[in-house]
Amino acid sequence: MASLQSLRRKISSFKNTQKITKAMKMVAAAKLKRAQDRILSARPYAHKLRDVMGNLGERANRSSHPLLAQREVKTTELLVVTSDRGLCGGFNTNILRSAAEFLAEQTTAGNPVQVSLVGRKSVDYFRRRAWTIRQEWPGVFDRLSFEHALDIGQHIVEAYNNGIFDRLYVVYNEFKSVLQQRVIVEQLLPIEALKEESGHQEAPISQGTYLYEPDEHELLNALLPKHFEVQTYRVLLESAAAEQAARMTAMDGATRNAGELIKKVTLSYNKTRQAAITKELMDIVGGAEALK
Amino acid sequence: MAQTTATSASNKIQLEVVSPDHLLLSQEVDYVSAPGVEGDFGVLPGHCHFLTTLRIGELSYRIGEETQYMSILWGFAEVNPQKVTILAEVAEKAEDIDIERAQTAVTKAEEHLERGGLPSEVEEARISLEKARLRQKIAERHQQARNPHA
Repeated sequence: MASLQSLRRKISSFKNTQKITKAMKMVAAAKLKRAQDRILSARPYAHKLRDVMGNLGERANRSSHPLLAQREVKTTELLVVTSDRGLCGGFNTNILRSAAEFLAEQTTAGNPVQVSLVGRKSVDYFRRRAWTIRQEWPGVFDRLSFEHALDIGQHIVEAYNNGIFDRLYVVYNEFKSVLQQRVIVEQLLPIEALKEESGHQEAPISQGTYLYEPDEHELLNALLPKHFEVQTYRVLLESAAAEQAARMTAMDGATRNAGELIKKVTLSYNKTRQAAITKELMDIVGGAEALK
Repeated sequence: MAQTTATSASNKIQLEVVSPDHLLLSQEVDYVSAPGVEGDFGVLPGHCHFLTTLRIGELSYRIGEETQYMSILWGFAEVNPQKVTILAEVAEKAEDIDIERAQTAVTKAEEHLERGGLPSEVEEARISLEKARLRQKIAERHQQARNPHA
């Protein structure tokens, strides 16, 4: 049986760990609240923009704009969105596993692939592996703002227009609820399916003419990159909220486990202590008996 | 009151203003004026379908007799007979503008513009001056509307 001292040390170490996990849980809860507010307030803009895009995209000729045009796929790029920090349960593991699966699938299908990475954790993972890394954006989640999405979005659109890759997928965690994150793999470029989900309110507007200022082509030129940036921003916000939710759940579990461990070790500590006392008493009684 | 809104519903147009980080306004109004790239345009209920990009400028809308102002920095506007949707990059309601801050921003931008520098810096200074002047103008208008005799 372990000595009293080592048990005492164990208990205090568990208690310290529990304090840390509890504090992390509370910090995550506060951050989650903020991240959740942000994703909720960003959704109206993203949806309105998609509505406008839907109305315009219906009329537009798909091949008239590079971001819409389907071209022959030579290289596929995967944008992997993970967190910057660990200690958030299966959050990053799930993403990286799906990413690796996707990459393996594409490779066996004979498509060359490369990755672009958002978040320090994906950088750590892919640096040690054989995939080609085209671009990295570590550390955007500390102070996430629309500028980051703009930076990433513009960079990607430029690379796409220069033909560095012909198709872009993104893998990220969607914030479904506090207890649930879902790994999503979706195609971002070329932009497709503009019409989906937009049609529930406005009736089709085929009657009457549509006025454009300056003109249709220029509007598409302005709207499509914007749409892409807003999509990117939404993905980043989803991931940020999901990360905090995952961390909160993980830390809650850790705090509970630490509590259980403390209970167990305290019990065995008390047992050991009592055994020691009993033994000592026996010694004393034995000694006194012998002196008689 | 409820009756008048009900009867005049068809004479109103729904105005929605959203910026990337929030929904600023969703309201029924009588008239909207917005800064299109090729000039300001006014919208009354029943306007034809119209889609345009926006420049830096002033958005105003009228509800009954009262006119409200808002600053818009770039964006898009979509108009259909029942609804105007403004997708602004940056938008601010007049009452949220701090007039003193706007004034200092104007002076600072003017100084910067006089100092000159690289063409890109001058361009940047020109834009920030335009922004600052717009915010100042809107804030002043808002104040005048609140107490016209001051």
